Amino acid sequence: MMEALEILTNASLWAAVLRIATPLIFGVLGALVCERAGVLNLGIEGIMTLGAMVGWLTVYWGADLWTGLAVAVLAGMMMGWLHAMLTVPLGLSQHVSGLGITLFASALAYYLYRLWVQVGDLPPTIEPFQPWAVPGLSAIPFLGEAVFTQMPPTYLAMLLVVLLAWALNHTPVGLALRMTGENPHAVEAQGLNPNRIRIWAVMAGSGLMALGGAFLTTGAFNSFFPTMVQGRGWICIALVVFASWRPGKALLGAILFALFDAFQLRLQTVVEGVPYQLFLMAPYLLSILALILVARRARVPEALMQPYRRGER
Amino acid sequence: MTDPLPVLELDGITKRFGALTANDDVSLSLQKGEVLALLGENGAGKTTLMNILFGHYAADAGEVRVAGKPLPAGTPRAAIAAGVGMVHQHFTLAGNLTVLENIVIGAQPLWSTSLNRDAAAARIRDLSATFGLPVDPDARVGDLSVGERQRVEILKALYRDARILILDEPTAVLARPEAEQLFRILRGMAQGGLSIIFISHKLHEVMGASDRVVVLRGGKVVAERRTAETNPAELAELMVGRAVARPKRQAHEAGPPVVVARGLSVSHGGGMALDHVDFDVREGEILGIVGVSGNGQAMLGRVLSGLARPVGGTITFQGRDIGRLTPRQAVRMGIGRIPEDRHAEGVVGDLAVWENAVLERLDEVSRWGFVRRAAAKERAAALIRRFDIRGAGPETRTRLLSGGNMQKLILGRNLAAGPRFLLANQPTRGLDEGAIAAVHSELLQARAEGAAILLISEDLDEAVGLSDRLQAIVKGRLSEPIPAEEADARKLGLMMAGVWAAPQGVSHAV
Repeated sequence: MMEALEILTNASLWAAVLRIATPLIFGVLGALVCERAGVLNLGIEGIMTLGAMVGWLTVYWGADLWTGLAVAVLAGMMMGWLHAMLTVPLGLSQHVSGLGITLFASALAYYLYRLWVQVGDLPPTIEPFQPWAVPGLSAIPFLGEAVFTQMPPTYLAMLLVVLLAWALNHTPVGLALRMTGENPHAVEAQGLNPNRIRIWAVMAGSGLMALGGAFLTTGAFNSFFPTMVQGRGWICIALVVFASWRPGKALLGAILFALFDAFQLRLQTVVEGVPYQLFLMAPYLLSILALILVARRARVPEALMQPYRRGER
Repeated sequence: MTDPLPVLELDGITKRFGALTANDDVSLSLQKGEVLALLGENGAGKTTLMNILFGHYAADAGEVRVAGKPLPAGTPRAAIAAGVGMVHQHFTLAGNLTVLENIVIGAQPLWSTSLNRDAAAARIRDLSATFGLPVDPDARVGDLSVGERQRVEILKALYRDARILILDEPTAVLARPEAEQLFRILRGMAQGGLSIIFISHKLHEVMGASDRVVVLRGGKVVAERRTAETNPAELAELMVGRAVARPKRQAHEAGPPVVVARGLSVSHGGGMALDHVDFDVREGEILGIVGVSGNGQAMLGRVLSGLARPVGGTITFQGRDIGRLTPRQAVRMGIGRIPEDRHAEGVVGDLAVWENAVLERLDEVSRWGFVRRAAAKERAAALIRRFDIRGAGPETRTRLLSGGNMQKLILGRNLAAGPRFLLANQPTRGLDEGAIAAVHSELLQARAEGAAILLISEDLDEAVGLSDRLQAIVKGRLSEPIPAEEADARKLGLMMAGVWAAPQGVSHAV
């Protein structure tokens, strides 16, 4: 018990929590943008894998880290475009298309990686993002180490949460996005094109998902391997529900999951005699529990997963 | 003085959907400050025409001109910009968003950095006050009543500076007082310079609220009249294409009671949906239950269909207790049911007509657990012939039928079996005059053949016209029956308000 408390009050744990949460934050924001417009994007797992590969490869080929992230975003948007074409104008099943995109994007990532990269005994590496201490703020005791000594993409993720929350509630484009997820007929009747809004939303959301994947290979780690996303995409899909489709709560959910994860990693080292697989399982179990407690009150976008065809009711 | 330039002209509009010509060379014009009624039966092409005007569809031929300028086809944005606003029959609102959000979307450039909520709220309040459309801008639309939602729809159009307002069946969802209020507001708007088109198939509305009437039938304009120079009978004939009169009930002797309820009570949500009701329905008799909706009619229908269980009292059918009946047993015993909501409970829209025709009697057309399709389709074809179900073959998807023909299918599959008892719950709701007359004559025919019929209706003309006796339902309680001959508007009004002779023994207690 004392050990657990010791771990929890250690600033290094909280620094790790934010680092682990970063790809989840990007991913959950991406899923949220898609779903707020009414499109479920189960391509997330594959899009994150592709983003991880493309971001890493760009840097491996000599570009700087930010260019790597930008190229990853573009790759994600292309996958998003594909998913949007299948599900929005063609109105195909969003589940089937999304799972197809995940299989396709994951396989494509590994294929291109093997095609273009010579892999020896160990996978090749790049020089990843380094923590950047915010001048002044990082000198604050505890908080300085926990929050203000992070890699730059982590700050970007935080900023995006605030930006997205504001844009959804206070700008016309955010309102149009929400309305499209609630009732596309209403959007059309007000002179906007709901399908165009959906296509752009899915592309933007998929770009964010890829950004989350790219952070894995350019920040959290320094090389690519095909299984590295490890279900983070699916966690993001669950976190959107946990968050009731709100960016602020999505941040909270991502941090909560990351906390379970960081905590169990440290607990593994101090508790003996318990199989470590049990600890690995814990964050997922706790997530399911949190979902059960929270999700029953969630307010789902009414037109989620309903294709919109003009002139039909 | 000659007519000034019309604010709106439709010129030779033609629209086809596959083989169906929904609008055939339709032309009409609208003057400033005028209220134009577009009258027609269901399926006459009224909604299609207005959807073309608003840009939901592009016409195959013809042109829309607003104030003399052609309107680009197929874009609601252009229609809104030209000052056309549309109030859709099925509201285009997002229930989870606020009134303000529903109104302002699309009104500003998409990439503005702010919604300007305060300015928008002030403008909405201003419009509300000017036009008499009170609504709270910050309320969630899902929490509003149907009448309030309609106000939001109208405000949406006004917020975009609409000068021409189109209302598609605006009273379909409103109760009578709300509808009357709506027409008062529309009249005020017209006096303020707006031009209004409303779609309707209700003659009394058209007579009461419009300046001019355009009658559409089979996609064509068949007549145009000044409202002051026409009358309901003429309009009905123009709309249907022939003289329609609802059939008259012939007097005849009723037989012994078939369905008897004594002290029947059903609880619902903690209260009593039906509270000690008594009624008899006799052979060859129609018993009408009248009342304002929401007073227990739905539960009465559910009990008689085997969908709800009584908590007290008895209900018998030919002497047998039917309080614990399942729907399947009800069908087998010869109880026919016309459900209140034909789309939700009457038919499965995506199945073919023949499947809906035999669904509740599958065992009659099955052998060894397999459906004999040929026999089932033959049965459906017979229903289509006998009950004059138009626009349908056995293979047609039922969703594609008009409301009236769908109702004839439901009625037909019940009557073909020769039911001893028929529950007719709102049998003509939403139907046009021609279909109403057809449904009425089928019900009277069944009565003449000895069926006992319980008619639940909110339409007093219908209830009085068809029923032999009438009872009013108020808060789950039923009045004593009165013969239809004694029913006048005043007496029925009192009954529906819950004023009826108190039970014996309690009367005159001071």
